[in-house]
Amino acid sequence: MSFWPWYGLRRGIQSTRYPYAPESAPGISPGRPVSTDFASADEAAGAAAVCPVGAITAVGSRVNVDLRTCVWCQRCRFGANPLHWDTGFEWTRSIKGSPLSEAFARSLHVMIVDAGDCGACLHEVKQLNNPLYNMHRLGFFLTATPRSADVLLVVGPVSENMRGPLLKTYDAMPDPKRVIAVGSCAISGGVFGRTFMSAGGAGSVLPVDLEVPGDPPPPLAILHGLLVVTGRKQIAEVR
Amino acid sequence: MTRPPVSIPFAEALERKFGSAVSRFAKDAYIVAQPEILPSVCEFVFWELECPFAGLIVEEREQWELRYVFLLPNSGWLHFLLRLPLATRNLPSISAQVHAADWYEREAEDLFGLCFEEHPRLGDFILHDQVWQEGIAPMRKAFDATGMHFEKRPQSDWRPTLVVQDPGAFAMPVGPVYEGGAGESVHFLLETVGEDVIRAVPRLFYNYRGVEKIAAGKSVDDVLLLAERFSAKSAFAHSLAYCQAVEEIRGLGIPRRATHFRVVLAELERMRHHAGVIDGICQSTGLSVSEAHAAMIEERLLRASCIFTGHRYLFGLNTPGGLRRDFENGAAQELLSAVDDASAQLECLEERLRYSSSFLDRLEDVGIVSPASSLDLNLVGPVGRASGLRRDVRRSSPYCGYEQYDFEVPSEIEGDGYARLRLLFAEARQSARLIHRATELLEPGPVCTGKMEMTTGAAMGAVEAPIGAALHWVRLDGQGRIERYRILSPSFRNWLGLHVAVEDFAFQDFPIILATFGLSAAECDR
Repeated sequence: MSFWPWYGLRRGIQSTRYPYAPESAPGISPGRPVSTDFASADEAAGAAAVCPVGAITAVGSRVNVDLRTCVWCQRCRFGANPLHWDTGFEWTRSIKGSPLSEAFARSLHVMIVDAGDCGACLHEVKQLNNPLYNMHRLGFFLTATPRSADVLLVVGPVSENMRGPLLKTYDAMPDPKRVIAVGSCAISGGVFGRTFMSAGGAGSVLPVDLEVPGDPPPPLAILHGLLVVTGRKQIAEVR
Repeated sequence: MTRPPVSIPFAEALERKFGSAVSRFAKDAYIVAQPEILPSVCEFVFWELECPFAGLIVEEREQWELRYVFLLPNSGWLHFLLRLPLATRNLPSISAQVHAADWYEREAEDLFGLCFEEHPRLGDFILHDQVWQEGIAPMRKAFDATGMHFEKRPQSDWRPTLVVQDPGAFAMPVGPVYEGGAGESVHFLLETVGEDVIRAVPRLFYNYRGVEKIAAGKSVDDVLLLAERFSAKSAFAHSLAYCQAVEEIRGLGIPRRATHFRVVLAELERMRHHAGVIDGICQSTGLSVSEAHAAMIEERLLRASCIFTGHRYLFGLNTPGGLRRDFENGAAQELLSAVDDASAQLECLEERLRYSSSFLDRLEDVGIVSPASSLDLNLVGPVGRASGLRRDVRRSSPYCGYEQYDFEVPSEIEGDGYARLRLLFAEARQSARLIHRATELLEPGPVCTGKMEMTTGAAMGAVEAPIGAALHWVRLDGQGRIERYRILSPSFRNWLGLHVAVEDFAFQDFPIILATFGLSAAECDR
């Protein structure tokens, strides 16, 4: 049993330097489709036609990508008229509200509620606790109780059976509080949409402050969202 | 996928016992003439012919069509089809004879409004009573899934039914929002008189999104998005099962290059999933260094998946007819080195865990599922195999050319938490070997068959998902749209068995037992 500390120490520090240094390890993010200019309107229309959820629209020879509805199916990535895919992960979008005050910058307690998630977004949030991302080093902690939470992460399209527990969790959180919708489902309902069993996103039941698109957003995209909500990072310009 | 027809002794045994009341209908389907004999037929098939019960498929067509699916011991499956007029509301329950059917009947009662007579516990299952009023049957064709067109009058007086009546008895509720990590939404009611859990009742379906309902009427391609997104931890396996069903209906042959890549990706997913479950087990016992290591192995495999396919959870790869895109052989070599590395690290971790007595104390002889109860409840996947059920769809009805691969189905007999952990390690090792073998077999060629024609029909796709056997039933209509999509998920089956493992063990064992089951609420709830 005594070998565990040695076993752990021997591996050395594995954590990323982000946000103090750029991170570009391969496989860290699936990237995202970028609004692209095509040579002709026909090509642009062809590129937009492959999208199964209507996230890509063609305006003349230009196609615009709406990350809020994109489900990362990659159909626009490979094929006849491929879109350019950016390899970064800083794509948090602000909806409203200001960052939390300086007091939270290095002590932020995060509550996550699974409101009908498929498991991917939830899992990516969980990955933030592993040594490679280690969000503790930034003063961010996952908490089990809404009473000590400053930020609510909502994953999933808000299933009807989870609507009540989600609202109760939000009400139990002390002010000031912020809500981050993580993943396409929590933002727009994703592939589940707005049905008898899905509210079509967290925005239809709660005031959402920030959105982190992705299906699922990689761990560092979620971390970027947390850095934005504490005012430690600015929202990057996303085309 | 070609399956041998039902063996003759089986058909003979059925005919001797039931005569013309049970008649052959198709290659793998029997029709049961009267509902009254259904329980005795199912009892005979389950207990005498030893076919595990795999699920109930309800279809609302010109009449009710209820398919009771049984797996044949060695190859394929059998449907027992019961046809009833649409006006029928009551039919016999088989749960007393086949315990594994319990939840399937509750589900059908909740979603279709069918009443299974003599079932002990109907109501409040998928549609929670504090949210939904009685009498709503969302899976009926007449029900409009697109909006809230009905008045919701929940029964606010819903209270859990407590069974343990003893001085000092109390029930501890857990969930649905709990756990500082990132737990899925599940509610547990643990009844106790002190230290030991006497009765454990999981309350699921907080994540129910009505996937089967919203799939109806959509195109094959759109439902594929749903098939891979309802449960991300086994996204590739589920999209594969769905694609297989569509391929069987349309009679599509899959290019050999695509089948080998499908094996690579399915095994990669299994390996990653198992590393994640091992991480969960280490976390539940509080052994943080091992937890950190397992999490890093999992992240390594997630990144390798992303480098290879562009998506960390293998979304957007399968399509009916093969794969959506081809991969370069060089990229496969890069994947192999990542897999080898992860495999070596898992071995290193297993070796360390085996010598950690305090860790083993929490797992050994804890959460025992006996072979008899795992047979009774038809547990699948690593949980079933850890209790002596050597069942694997890759062996019993091979797909993607698994018959060409030389591999043993690992199994254990103890059925405790440690047996499940050992099995997870063994399967992850085996997956690494299968990935190697599949890349050796790669040959040049296309990865997708061309345009497909419109055909109507129904078929079942079966895949050994990381959690166990996943069966997808698909019926296509004349316009190439989905008429009925039914997912028989492995988590649904194993959640039913969780209480057996939890009961009679102490409270503090509960999170550990839960972790060793490696269940997914999203996969169960759909």
